[in-house]
Amino acid sequence: MSAMAFERIPASEGSPHKRRLVGTPGQWVIWGLVAIFFIFLAGIVVSVLVQSFATTWFTTWLPDGYTFSWYKDAWKQFQLGSVIRVTVQVALLVIALSVLLGVPASYVLARKSFPGKQLVFGLFLLPVMMPPITYGIPMATVLYKWGLGGTVWGVIAANLVPAVPFVIMTMTPFIEQINPSIESAARMSGAGTGSVFTRILAPMLVPGILASCVLVLVRTVGMFELTFLNSGPTSNTLVVKLYYAMNAAGIRAPQSVAAMAVVYMAMMLVILIVALRFVNPTQLVARIRDDNMG
Amino acid sequence: MSNNVSSANVRPSLKHRLAERGIDTSLLLIVPGLVFVIVLFVYPFLYGIGLSFQPVGGGIGLGSYTAFFSDPYQVGTIWKTLRLALPAALFNVIFSIPIGYALRGKFRGKRFMQTMLVIPISLGTVLVAQGLLLFLGRGGWLNRFLLLIHVTKSPIALVNNYWGVLFSLIITGFPFAFLLISSYLSGIDPSLESAAAIMGANGRQRFTRILLPLLAPGLATTFILTFVLAFSVFPSATLVGNPAGETRVMALAAYQAFAEKFDYSSASAIAIIMGLIELVVIGLVMLWRSTLYRGSTGGKG
Repeated sequence: MSAMAFERIPASEGSPHKRRLVGTPGQWVIWGLVAIFFIFLAGIVVSVLVQSFATTWFTTWLPDGYTFSWYKDAWKQFQLGSVIRVTVQVALLVIALSVLLGVPASYVLARKSFPGKQLVFGLFLLPVMMPPITYGIPMATVLYKWGLGGTVWGVIAANLVPAVPFVIMTMTPFIEQINPSIESAARMSGAGTGSVFTRILAPMLVPGILASCVLVLVRTVGMFELTFLNSGPTSNTLVVKLYYAMNAAGIRAPQSVAAMAVVYMAMMLVILIVALRFVNPTQLVARIRDDNMG
Repeated sequence: MSNNVSSANVRPSLKHRLAERGIDTSLLLIVPGLVFVIVLFVYPFLYGIGLSFQPVGGGIGLGSYTAFFSDPYQVGTIWKTLRLALPAALFNVIFSIPIGYALRGKFRGKRFMQTMLVIPISLGTVLVAQGLLLFLGRGGWLNRFLLLIHVTKSPIALVNNYWGVLFSLIITGFPFAFLLISSYLSGIDPSLESAAAIMGANGRQRFTRILLPLLAPGLATTFILTFVLAFSVFPSATLVGNPAGETRVMALAAYQAFAEKFDYSSASAIAIIMGLIELVVIGLVMLWRSTLYRGSTGGKG
């Protein structure tokens, strides 16, 4: 205990930014802005939460009374059971397919150098850099032409487009840091490509694959644009259903729309809690390496 | 002749020569991923470009583009989108710098704060829009509070207009910019700053002379990513904006052509115009970025 305290003193004195108890005016402004941001965030989340339990809530600070019935109402009205089933189904299939397509590709990109590698890498990077709506509209046109538009498979195909590059961008650096001599040793001992993959690489790749799975999960469940453009009545995910319900405001009781929003929020939070056990918050946002951008 | 024979004898097999250049059977592993991207991304994109030159009236030509540019209601969407996306992206990047700077290094609750910041990003624009409608609405808590402390006499209209969309872009975009900039900041070696401090630079000089130049390329990247996110704003423009008026953004115009008018040619044309405008902005930022220091930042980044 004393040893730890002893070690920490010189470190904190040596760093150029030591903490003072009373901040400068600039620091007050910064903390003020952060506080305002979090007040807005809390206001947004809590408003929806309170609304979903309100009997009526118009002109007062808090609702007149509280009830659970909007959840039952939302569950029936919006067929949340089947919507959630579709959402889970889409998410799981997108995860599985994007790993199957992405991991072998990232192995090649991490280990090999071949003519046109930069081009291939750029091609994989494009769908992540571009806003979904820009390529989503031509893609939806093609998917409808192929008869996939409006089906669950169309939604899965559309969500795979950013998911596969995302897996590649997460897995390529991960594979790069695995020592290639381990594979060489396995090959020298007589393992073929197949068994190098399944018996040597796969066990080492598990943490990376888990990380990319949760990242794809968060993105797929939250993905609005691509799902919205390609989904039909039987293939709406929760977030798209929520959008339709909000857009048709006035037809449904606002409280049951709020209840659906809370269900979505709860689902997202559970996923996030799981996700953050495997990845760091910055990774959820974007995975950029500067040398790929310039 | 003899020369030819001997070289043929020495020359290794084609397979071997290709392998030396990195082409062998293990490359087949990339084929499924590549085919997928070509079929579902490259092909639709090219198809969309082709479609945009085949206006609904028939024939091949610039009909869909001229229709867009000759209709003030449609051209106006460019300005409306930029008017939302540029301020939002600038705000998010500029405010992330001092906050990221103040909050760098280790402190209690950092992980918790980062987690809180990830929440609005993952909740997405649809849910944020719903919350904003309630929180900032005429009877919402914010307006009630402003009335209570006598800042205003009547509720301020903060949703169903430009401001609602801007708020939603900041709520979802700021954490994104902040997390990226924090990770760039953590990639700058703190000893550079210590060295500057030893040589007598004060806090302001250290910030403007050392940190900012090292951070600038990261700022450019962050600006591009937040701009692209804000530029393609769609759900919030309809939900918290005024989709018939001041927040009729390009994405909405494209969607209406696609899903309401079934005019796939115009829809693709608008999507492509969107892409081109983004490319112009990205190109300008990249041009600025290429004039900056591009070496190592000495840190772990």
